[in-house]
Amino acid sequence: MNRPSVESSENYRLQLTGITKQYPGCLANDRVDLAIVPGEIHALLGENGAGKSTLMKMIYGVTKPDAGEIIWQGEQVVIKDPLMARNMGIGMVFQHFSLFETLTVTENIALALGDDAGDLKQLAQRISTVSKQYGMELNPDRHIHSLSVGERQRVEIVRCLVQDIKLLILDEPTSVLTPQEVDTLFVTLRQLSKDGCSILFISHKLKEVQALCHSATILRAGKVTGECIPAEAGATKMAQMMVGDDTPISTDYPKSAGSKTFLVVSDLSQLSEDPFGATLKDINFEVRSGEILGIAGVAGNGQEELLAALSGEHLVSRSEQISFADTAVGLMDPRERRELGLAFVPEERLGRGAVPEMSLVDNSLLTGFLQGLVHTGFINPRKTEQFADQIIDKFKVKTPNNRAQAQSLSGGNLQKFIIGREILQNPKLLVASHPTWGVDIGAATAIHKALIELRDRGAAILVVSEDIDELFLISDRLCAICDGQLSPNKATLETSIEEVGRWMTGVFETPEESVSDVLQSSRN
Amino acid sequence: MFKLESRGEASSTMSYLSPVLAGVLTLITGAIFFAFLGHDPVHALSIFLIAPVSDLYGVAELSVKAAPIMLCAIGLALAFKAQVWNIGAEGQLLMGGLTASAIALLLIDVESGWALIAVLISGMIGGGLWGVLAAWLRNRFNANEILTTIMFNYIALYLLLYFVHGSLKDPDGYGFPESALFSDFTLLPILLEDTRMHIGILFAAFAVVAAWVFISRSFLGFQIKVLGMDSNAAKLSGFKHQRLVILVMLISGALAGLAGASEVTGPIGQLIPSISPGYGYAAIIVAFLGRLHPVGIFFASLLMALIYMGGELAQIELKMPLAVTSLFQGMLLFYLLACDVFINFKIKLVKPKSITAAESL
Repeated sequence: MNRPSVESSENYRLQLTGITKQYPGCLANDRVDLAIVPGEIHALLGENGAGKSTLMKMIYGVTKPDAGEIIWQGEQVVIKDPLMARNMGIGMVFQHFSLFETLTVTENIALALGDDAGDLKQLAQRISTVSKQYGMELNPDRHIHSLSVGERQRVEIVRCLVQDIKLLILDEPTSVLTPQEVDTLFVTLRQLSKDGCSILFISHKLKEVQALCHSATILRAGKVTGECIPAEAGATKMAQMMVGDDTPISTDYPKSAGSKTFLVVSDLSQLSEDPFGATLKDINFEVRSGEILGIAGVAGNGQEELLAALSGEHLVSRSEQISFADTAVGLMDPRERRELGLAFVPEERLGRGAVPEMSLVDNSLLTGFLQGLVHTGFINPRKTEQFADQIIDKFKVKTPNNRAQAQSLSGGNLQKFIIGREILQNPKLLVASHPTWGVDIGAATAIHKALIELRDRGAAILVVSEDIDELFLISDRLCAICDGQLSPNKATLETSIEEVGRWMTGVFETPEESVSDVLQSSRN
Repeated sequence: MFKLESRGEASSTMSYLSPVLAGVLTLITGAIFFAFLGHDPVHALSIFLIAPVSDLYGVAELSVKAAPIMLCAIGLALAFKAQVWNIGAEGQLLMGGLTASAIALLLIDVESGWALIAVLISGMIGGGLWGVLAAWLRNRFNANEILTTIMFNYIALYLLLYFVHGSLKDPDGYGFPESALFSDFTLLPILLEDTRMHIGILFAAFAVVAAWVFISRSFLGFQIKVLGMDSNAAKLSGFKHQRLVILVMLISGALAGLAGASEVTGPIGQLIPSISPGYGYAAIIVAFLGRLHPVGIFFASLLMALIYMGGELAQIELKMPLAVTSLFQGMLLFYLLACDVFINFKIKLVKPKSITAAESL
């Protein structure tokens, strides 16, 4: 995978020099340089908050740089707005799609194109041709609400392709896809690149960048910290450029078989309160003390509903459907379940796991109140402060002091605080949702270590995550959730990314079939 | 060119400075108004704000007016902290006054100190239940408490009028819509000889201290704060949302009810059609002016009481309409809301684009 050659600097498709963008209290981009030639797949690597999205938004005309030059095909330009960017041949697929659920594929694309859309029938024709050409089967007459997330992403990509496109920007495109869908996307992108379209691929997943990209620019804290050819540079080297030299990077953990069964969920079926939510269908599983069960799945397949049923935020219909060590808890409220040994790390750190405007001391009381911090209805301020300090100390939470507001902490530090608060209560069962989502590599490693330690002390742990690599790293057993149904589970060492990927698409019982056949059948 | 720019983090300095700034701006605007009406602004303001409390009697009167405002505002602050928007302190005060009067008239022949306690408690129950009714509607039917409590204010007023014109009217009162005078055993003791200063101000002071302890030290107070700041976190921690809503409305209503009971058993001494010049509404302004903090509310209540007295004096001395009281209340709230913008935002001078770009290079 060699980078397409360049004769002179005029042949660059896009060249950025000295791009700087200042937000209040944060220098998002600091003199960033970047150059892409036609047909190049260029990775922009960096952790959350490194300034990748800001840079992309400036190329797409959403915001303007404070300083620096954007040179498009040899000419210096000021990109005023996304419309101008589109007319220049720049297309962008955002992490969060902007599609109307109740309209068809064609109608959605017509809306995005505006006056250029022309006749709807002809447009539908073009959509069919383009999508076939790039191996992204798409029926132009389907309504968006009936499409899977992967298919929705195709709509967004095809929307860019029906125009004359020279540069395609993809913001974390694989975060919503199953492993099989990722492979299909990569086939499309490689073909696009062959046809001369430049691609800017934003990601923090090293494996994907190594598999796909010709070159990479690495950002850390708004600055370019390195450039490399991913296929040649090692993953470790790239990771170090992303996080800096002083951060340890995850290793392997020994697996564990667990002892007695602690959590039992049996025949759990539940209609979602949210009309667009997933309905849980006949869910059965167990988690043993001293093991970690990982549940994989693409967001919106019933994870939230299952977690709310476990935490007690939504009571299930029969008490026996959920039990902790032979005690039926299905009708108990969250506090009663905590008294039986439950600890819970929600997906939303701010605004569920922690109260944004409250201090860390108050936030440690939020779920720690059962740890002897309250006597006869009154808070013991000394003990509460000690508990907060203990969390900050043991889990190396970077904060000026224990009076700092939860919202003033970085995502990783706040997540360490929340996980620490739950772990220090010595739970018998810890349920953690996306424990390292949006967290830097250093914090993620610390969190993984803490979970493994808790497991080794004999707690049952359930981890729900979209990050399949993370699940393979820490789980002892794995399963996946798709459309409210839970796949069978297997010991992590006995399954494979491909199998879990099949489970994520809802194919539970056909391990012999090849991947492509399965994808075909799941689509029908 | 000016531009509002987010501070990124709320400024606590500005949060305390804002009420002071609002007060100063209200005074300046007031002075301009007085000048336009042909009065010497300094003289008019001194009549409005200094003359009312220039003697002991004035200070005693200040306490008479501040007590009910303080009681209502403390209760409201508690509800507001839980994001329960109780606008019904006025109605809860009236219901407290009405039930207290009914019991006081029932016990008119009882010669015991317990009679007063029974009267005050029944006032708290009356106001408290009136508040709980709105809480129940919110919990059961998801009815917005802002609307229900405002409507309950009118229902309470007309219930009071119905009874003061009907079964609670003094049979020997020549047909005037007033109850009989309460017996001495159901009147609040006077604190200061020859004034109207009664022990209601002590109730208010006690409420200030109790609320402070409750909010900052009790676990229930903590739950109320969490509910208000982040209801999802409250739910995840297993705090009982509906019970907390009922609790804050009960306390809030009971304190307003106590204010009503203290009015009828204190300075008024009987049930009359108008037992409150809008104390319950003024308390909303006071709660926010005092930053929902008991100590802040203590001082804000004194200021609000002073505006009430100033309005009355301006009517006598300067021949101004009583509306001047509402005018000052309104200005104070207006300026407070305006100044509160600067807690989260700051003003930035926007310079021409080229200069900004050059500077950052």
